[in-house]
Amino acid sequence: MPRMSFAAAVEAALEKAMAEDERVITFGEDVTMLRRNLFVRFGPGRVRQTPISEAAFLYAGVGAAMAGMRPVVEIMMIDFIAVAFDGLLNAASKLKAFSGGKWNAPMVIRAGCGGWYGDGGQHEQSLWGILAGMPGVSVVVPSNPADAAGLMLSAINSDDPVVFLEHKFLADYWLDYLGGASRDGVSFDVPAAGAEGEVPQPLREVPMGAASVARRGGDITIVSLGVGLHRALEACETLAARGIQAEVIDLRTVAPMDRQTVTESARKTGKVLVVDEDYVGFGLSGEVAAVLAESGVSAGFARVCTEDVIPFARHLEERALPNVRRIIDAAEGLARMA
Amino acid sequence: MKPNFEQLYLQMARMRYFEEALAGLWHRGLAPGEMHLGVGEEAVVAGVLAHLQHGDALSLDHRSTPPLVARGVDMSSMILECIGDEAGLCGGQGGHMHLFSPEHLAGSSGIVGSSAPLAAGFGLAAQLMSPGKVAFAFFGDGAANQGMLLESFNLAATWKLPVVFVCKDNHWAITTRSRSVTGGCLRKRAASFGMPAAAVDGTRVEAVWRAAARAVARARAGRGPSFLLARCCRPEGHFLGDPLLRMFREPVKQVVEITPPIVRAMMSRPLGALVSRCGYLGRIGMVISRVGGQVYITDPDPLARAARLVGDEASRRLEDQARGEVERALEDALERREQHA
Ligand SMILES: Cc1ncc(C[n+]2csc(CCOP(=O)(O)OP(=O)(O)O)c2C)c(N)n1
Repeated sequence: MPRMSFAAAVEAALEKAMAEDERVITFGEDVTMLRRNLFVRFGPGRVRQTPISEAAFLYAGVGAAMAGMRPVVEIMMIDFIAVAFDGLLNAASKLKAFSGGKWNAPMVIRAGCGGWYGDGGQHEQSLWGILAGMPGVSVVVPSNPADAAGLMLSAINSDDPVVFLEHKFLADYWLDYLGGASRDGVSFDVPAAGAEGEVPQPLREVPMGAASVARRGGDITIVSLGVGLHRALEACETLAARGIQAEVIDLRTVAPMDRQTVTESARKTGKVLVVDEDYVGFGLSGEVAAVLAESGVSAGFARVCTEDVIPFARHLEERALPNVRRIIDAAEGLARMA
Repeated sequence: MKPNFEQLYLQMARMRYFEEALAGLWHRGLAPGEMHLGVGEEAVVAGVLAHLQHGDALSLDHRSTPPLVARGVDMSSMILECIGDEAGLCGGQGGHMHLFSPEHLAGSSGIVGSSAPLAAGFGLAAQLMSPGKVAFAFFGDGAANQGMLLESFNLAATWKLPVVFVCKDNHWAITTRSRSVTGGCLRKRAASFGMPAAAVDGTRVEAVWRAAARAVARARAGRGPSFLLARCCRPEGHFLGDPLLRMFREPVKQVVEITPPIVRAMMSRPLGALVSRCGYLGRIGMVISRVGGQVYITDPDPLARAARLVGDEASRRLEDQARGEVERALEDALERREQHA
């Protein structure tokens, strides 16, 4: 299997879909540069530069999808979807229900997400909790190149709207594009195993709604995704040295959530820690707790999430995000609980 | 009323040296994240804000530092904020895109277009609670296609809000040539909302000053908003480390990285489209050369132009003064940082 960067894997999947299906198009701000390889291959008709008019072009994506296209709409960073929420919340997500199941909007909303590079609280959010809370929307957050390619294919082939989030620490061009990689003295804790890895050829779909087990263990279950997963795996090394074997579940898809994989592991370990870069309240971590309760699993529960507006200063930011130290502390506390 | 050229020049020089100080900190790795400088916009900011009075409000975009310097916000606190220090203007929480100073009624946001609705709200408060005060909104040409900004034009026009909308038109939004994604002409677009709209050369501080004088007088008199389109430039590209400028500054490295996937895309099958593909590749090359060309060849420096208005001797004296102030602020900031480090 060839090794690919996360970014190259996503692009390969999109390129494959565009080559095989004329209806797949992509548009967003600066795509001529950001997706220059696709632009050179498919031209400005199918790789379209947009004005900074997210409300219009996201909703236009809904219309194009209703009329038979399969648009991949880029919202540069997921934070910016705030100005374009209506197309997703009140249109794309509701179409199937409103039309009595007769009509659907097969579109992908693709965006960078996440922090750890000191860009402040308007550019570093995760927001998958808010997005996944809407009925009718799937949200995927891959943590490695193989999943990124496979989930992008599934997202494009899905008949319903999918939000595809690529963490800026995994899709490496982001840090470069934002200028951060062009100077000395600044380093980022990029998870190497997520930014590059083996990708099966030919590319294969990874089904949405299927979690994977990233590490086996019997003492405690850690549920995570995206960069949080890599932080959790790093924490596992220390935990193992202290005699705690954690099982780590990579959710891969926030919605629909793989309830079975989560509950099976929770039954085995009896202790669940959610590591989630998104906000702590009313989101993914609470959802996992609800899933456990509804399944009749009684498990110890803890969560390491983002609790506040993400600070700009890097040392404050590091403390605010689910860092390895916080994960170890929470996991140990949970594991030692009777 | 006549402009005070020396005062204008001093303000412009302060902004320039301040931005250069930020650039230095960023390049040394002290300032994290993205860094958008307002170099090239000094004449627009100085010409407009020369009319600002105490009690007026400021609503800013991601290039917020020059207006805040002109407004008199403590430079040392801003530097500390931009390097992520808890003694900074906003406790290290905001950073350079999210600077706030309540005593100056000044706020900023990194969300493109949002400075306009915020200014409308500042204007509403002024209209009701302190008639005669004005709200200034600064934004770019790219922001002029953001829905909430156009809605704000309408809101301000129909409510007759005392807002001066200032579009700093540097012709680009990151790597997008604004003309290619903007229908019609921005001045006429704003005028069609029923407010006076003027286009000025934003590299000439005296021209900006004059146009702003009319807009501000109108707002203070309670006659409603105005729009100012000021053409300027962005010699540092979109942000520091701008990939398009790096293609100029370190072409070999960039070409080595960028070429292989592009060649592969060019040669992908079916090959029939090769001629069009060459055309598309040419477009990318055009964007890169335009950005670089603008920076290296055509950009007039607003400071050099303003220096001519005050003469050699005065411009040197004012530059020294401004440089001294910024240097002291920088030293002070780094010292304060050391103290609690
Ligand atoms: C709503 C939103 N969309 C996209 C972005 C990303 N972005 C930041 S600055 C920028 C370009 C802004 O162009 P313009 O308004 O002309 O200002 P300039 O940077 O040229 O001064 C873009 C697209 C953003 N910050 N907010």
